[in-house]
Amino acid sequence: MSKKLKGHTFLGWLTFAMIIFALYMALVHAPVERVMGVVQKIFYFHVASAWNAFFAFFVVFVASIIFLKTRNRKWDIIAKVSAEIGVVFTTIVLVSGPIWARSAWNRWWVWEPRLTTTLILWFIYLAYILIRSASIEEDKKGVLAAAFGIIGFLDVPVVFFAIRWWGSLYHPEVVKGSGGGLHPAMFQALIACVVAFTFLYFYFLQKGIFIELSRLRIEKIREELRAEN
Amino acid sequence: MGYLSKILNLVWKDLVIEFRAKEILSVMLIFAILVPIILAFSLNSAQETTENIFPGIIWVALTFSGILGFNRTFLNEKQNDSLLGLMLTPVDRTAIYFAKVIVNFTMMIFTEAVTLPLLFILFDFRFRGSILTLVLVIFLGTLGFTSVSTFLSALSANTRASEILLPIILFPIIIPVIIAAVQSTGIVLVGASIGEIASWIKLLGVYDVIFMAVPFILFEYILEV
Repeated sequence: MSKKLKGHTFLGWLTFAMIIFALYMALVHAPVERVMGVVQKIFYFHVASAWNAFFAFFVVFVASIIFLKTRNRKWDIIAKVSAEIGVVFTTIVLVSGPIWARSAWNRWWVWEPRLTTTLILWFIYLAYILIRSASIEEDKKGVLAAAFGIIGFLDVPVVFFAIRWWGSLYHPEVVKGSGGGLHPAMFQALIACVVAFTFLYFYFLQKGIFIELSRLRIEKIREELRAEN
Repeated sequence: MGYLSKILNLVWKDLVIEFRAKEILSVMLIFAILVPIILAFSLNSAQETTENIFPGIIWVALTFSGILGFNRTFLNEKQNDSLLGLMLTPVDRTAIYFAKVIVNFTMMIFTEAVTLPLLFILFDFRFRGSILTLVLVIFLGTLGFTSVSTFLSALSANTRASEILLPIILFPIIIPVIIAAVQSTGIVLVGASIGEIASWIKLLGVYDVIFMAVPFILFEYILEV
């Protein structure tokens, strides 16, 4: 166990260093955007969080399928932890987005496809967590959550296309992302942020799995003690 | 017995129960009228704006009353452990899913057939489109809504608080159906040709296929104890 914890500490410090580097790249290395000013710095963390959220939900989808096939508890735990991390990062996206949008588009919220899809995504995985926290037997809970994890993930692209067609009816001026003409230094900062956040995701995943396994062990010990008495 | 006749037997069983008890359908019918009335008061609809909000009113009413009914689909089977009996019958689990979809679909169509004409009268809406296109849109929208709802109601029936869980897990998933159904209904109601809603019809079709096929695969896992 102590060897395992050492691995956690190593990943933790590595992530810490990566985040510091990403902060330097985003806040110091990348130039201040001419039109939007300092607020544009949110962009790096916003995009990195969005990437992490989608990645986390993809992991939920894959882990759910593998769990249904193999019935290995490990995959169930990975799906659970990953969904929780994904919801946290989606929340960051949804909070940082409007702050940026206020200065970029002069509106807090635009019913734009990517924004709205992210909002729906957030609700889908909140529902996933609610299924997880509902009162069902532990074995069955994993199966039900896995089924919803698969359905929910498959729904996301359909939601995106539906909202895009719907949006084009009311908002013909589709807001274009600033993806094309990024300054090289901005691009480097973005890459640094995305990589650092990916490390952060794996750090959280590792910790989450560890906590879940500890919880299972405590429950097992408790049952053994109860059986002895 | 073939697969189809097994399904039909299960459908017949549920419809007979519902026909004798009239427990769910009556609630769905009343609710489908009640929701538009609430909406009429809260939206303060003037005659000019009705045209814009009418398709939305229709689908909000249908989804809400649908959820109310679908909550009972598997909860009723849980009483007296009849779900266990159903699973012990020598039929494929997917036959149970399709039977439930057909039963729910029938109840939705029945609700729509009664309430939609009433809504046209209540909101004094002049229908200018083609009935056939409207029927197609409603058919596809209801099918997509029903297939997902039936699956998720089986899922939530496993939990103790299933009635409060179902709307929360269902609404985010059916958003594409709602968008496509409301948009295409709106276009059909003012008398546009089928060509103008082709992309929406396609979206509904794709959604229907995906969310019939995926529950078909996953349903077995949901029902196992």
